[in-house]
Amino acid sequence: MTARVATASWAELRTARLTGVGGILLGIAAGWVALPPISTRSVVLPLVLGAAGIAAGAWAATQGEKRIGIGAVVASVAGIVVAIVAMRAAVDNLELVVSWGALTAASLVYATPLTFAAIGGMFSERSGVVNIGLEGMMLMGAFFAAWGADTTETWVGGVLIAVVGGAALALVHAFFAIHLRADQIVSGTAVNFLALGITGYLYINIYSDRGTPPDLPQIPDVDLGGLKDVYFFGPAFGSLNLMIWLAVATVALSYVAMFKTPAGLRIRSVGEHPKAADTVGIPVYRTRYAAVILSGMLAALGGSFLSIGFNHSFTENMTAGRGFIALAALIFGRWRPVGAFAAALLFGFSSALAQRLGQVESWQSYQLLFQTLPYVLTLIAVAGVIGRSIPPAAIGRPYTK
Amino acid sequence: MSEGRLPDRPPEEAPATEPGDYAPSVAARLAFLQRSGGVITPLLTAVFAFFVGGIVVLVTTGKNPLTTYRAIFDGTGLNWLFPWVTGAERTTAALNLQQTLLLTVPLILTGLAVAFAFRCGMFNIGGQGQYTVGAVSAVIVGAYVSTSHLPHVVLAIVVATVAGAAWAGIAGLLKATVGAHEVITTIMLNWIAFWTASWLFGIGGPLQLGGVGNESVPASETVKETAKLPVFWGDPLLQGLHIGFFIALGALVVYWIVLNRTTLGYGVRAVGFNPDAARYGGIPVARNYFLAMAISGAFAGLAGATDVLGWEFRLDQTSIQASQIGFIGIAVALLGRNTAVGVFFSALLFGALLNGTSTTNLDPSIFRPELAQNLTLIIQGLVVLFVGADVLILYVWSLRRKLRRQAGAADTA
Repeated sequence: MTARVATASWAELRTARLTGVGGILLGIAAGWVALPPISTRSVVLPLVLGAAGIAAGAWAATQGEKRIGIGAVVASVAGIVVAIVAMRAAVDNLELVVSWGALTAASLVYATPLTFAAIGGMFSERSGVVNIGLEGMMLMGAFFAAWGADTTETWVGGVLIAVVGGAALALVHAFFAIHLRADQIVSGTAVNFLALGITGYLYINIYSDRGTPPDLPQIPDVDLGGLKDVYFFGPAFGSLNLMIWLAVATVALSYVAMFKTPAGLRIRSVGEHPKAADTVGIPVYRTRYAAVILSGMLAALGGSFLSIGFNHSFTENMTAGRGFIALAALIFGRWRPVGAFAAALLFGFSSALAQRLGQVESWQSYQLLFQTLPYVLTLIAVAGVIGRSIPPAAIGRPYTK
Repeated sequence: MSEGRLPDRPPEEAPATEPGDYAPSVAARLAFLQRSGGVITPLLTAVFAFFVGGIVVLVTTGKNPLTTYRAIFDGTGLNWLFPWVTGAERTTAALNLQQTLLLTVPLILTGLAVAFAFRCGMFNIGGQGQYTVGAVSAVIVGAYVSTSHLPHVVLAIVVATVAGAAWAGIAGLLKATVGAHEVITTIMLNWIAFWTASWLFGIGGPLQLGGVGNESVPASETVKETAKLPVFWGDPLLQGLHIGFFIALGALVVYWIVLNRTTLGYGVRAVGFNPDAARYGGIPVARNYFLAMAISGAFAGLAGATDVLGWEFRLDQTSIQASQIGFIGIAVALLGRNTAVGVFFSALLFGALLNGTSTTNLDPSIFRPELAQNLTLIIQGLVVLFVGADVLILYVWSLRRKLRRQAGAADTA
């Protein structure tokens, strides 16, 4: 990396990067023109745009921006494929599925629980503690939000109790992983089993077969009245749930906390080189405890959105693997807040698209196949095809003084 | 391969005391302690987990935990082993035990899948996906291929085993070539298998069963009679115990032999101990990662085949999505300490728990089965959490050492 910087000047690098990003945008445009509202039925336009994108990407790759360049080539090829596939479908079917405003809103909805959990996972993993238990912490949040909202009769109470529940489970994981130096993956797996058992047990014991009450207090939506009739922005952002805006704020705050404050520096140093951190007086154990518990709280926030923001009820094992998608988003986003958020949005978009595929009867079965997309992308990402995802150096290793 | 750089056997298998050795050396005594600890810690863990489970029962429902556990135990059919159980009670017990063993079979195999990778220093969290891939392959071969009985069964089993091995092999290959962590890759492969299988047999999916009126049934075709495993105990119409039980027992023996009596097993264990030392000793580390993962997946794929060919005969979306067999395999391997005998007994324990708490076997007037099933999950979680109990013991040891050191420091001061 440093060698490359030494040979290429900053100006040259910036042009290469801009061209690469332009290539990515061209690739997206290649696919987009075949979709509503333009819905071009001629293959020329996507091909021209895609070819331009590939060329821009290839050039950027030779100029030292390998990752963005290859990304642009991949995006352009994908764009052309999307365009060709879309052209084979009837326009009115496409218009049923691809309604950009509704798609954006649905993507944000699906991305929100993933974002909270992924950002939580980032704190834990950046401090050097693997968190396979995100799924369980999210599930605890989902149950205790519903139960808390039911008993306190306010959604605020529900969210607060959810956070406590997630933190409690995270504390178990932290104690075994940090103090007892147990294998962090084993203890994460255990915590997932525990959460499944605890929430299922309490749910059956308290709500029996009736399910959570239908009048469960809900986290409110934020109505932006002024946007109502604006094209695209109205349906996309006009009435989103409060938690969605909170998720966006969490991303921004966690970026600042992780990279611009001493606390963030401590977390990162404990995760990269605990011995060095210890030598300069950073309390390794305490920092890791704080990070893991924070991750449990954030994952639980994501869970609370599922039960009292989105589904209006709790059902057994309702997270259904979302904690693992969040883990995937974290890895795909290279353990960075904005990256994790972007990955969560991408995965949320694929879920939203899968859901909207259900609008056309003959496409319904592909809904299920579409769900594999986040996992396939993450597999490709860790395999290093488009630049490797490299975890924090001391991840998974217990620290012994 | 250069022998001798590494210990020929892992430290937990310390040399046995010579016969006629009345006063064992300190080392032998320590070895005995460790070996007994090897049985005692899992036992203690299980007892502790059940104890906590009992407290949960008492606190939340006010019911007597012992009565509850007794009812679950009777549902497992393990009372068949008691000679004083006779008559109608014995017939019921036999039926229940067949069900318990039916669940034990795949648990042994998925337990071995996790254990084998563990011995190579890898955590195969993907048993569930490999199990699914195996089950799907077995159903495809069982339903769409036509041959006579023996070749059909063998073909279905072999294809499922190879499919499981290939699925896990992806993770092994990525670990061996680019160093991608197997936990991440196997989790991803789990979910890819989960959704792909759901799609294959789902409504409108390419392998959904045909026939008029079946358009809304998200299930596969049923395997042909020729592909079904013969039942050797009980009534085939009442889900008797199929010969997959012996396949699982055979797999335990194969596991032990491969690990302890072959060059491959030696390499796998060496890499599991210390990959750097193994590499220095001339053992191909990357190759062993790949092979260990593939063999792991083969066990899990075989588990899918025995379930499909033994008693399920077809797959449907709900059973694919609700299956936990691969995940329980993690608890089985950990509680069984990655040994063949241990895996057998812990698979039996979890199989019994699953069957004893099922809706058909647990009397709702004594304890609600739905509660008991979640109790099983809690017990499972505690077992996995505390099986690292040697960690607890080590912790207590280190505390003692620390105290002694502090006392020593105080003396010199």
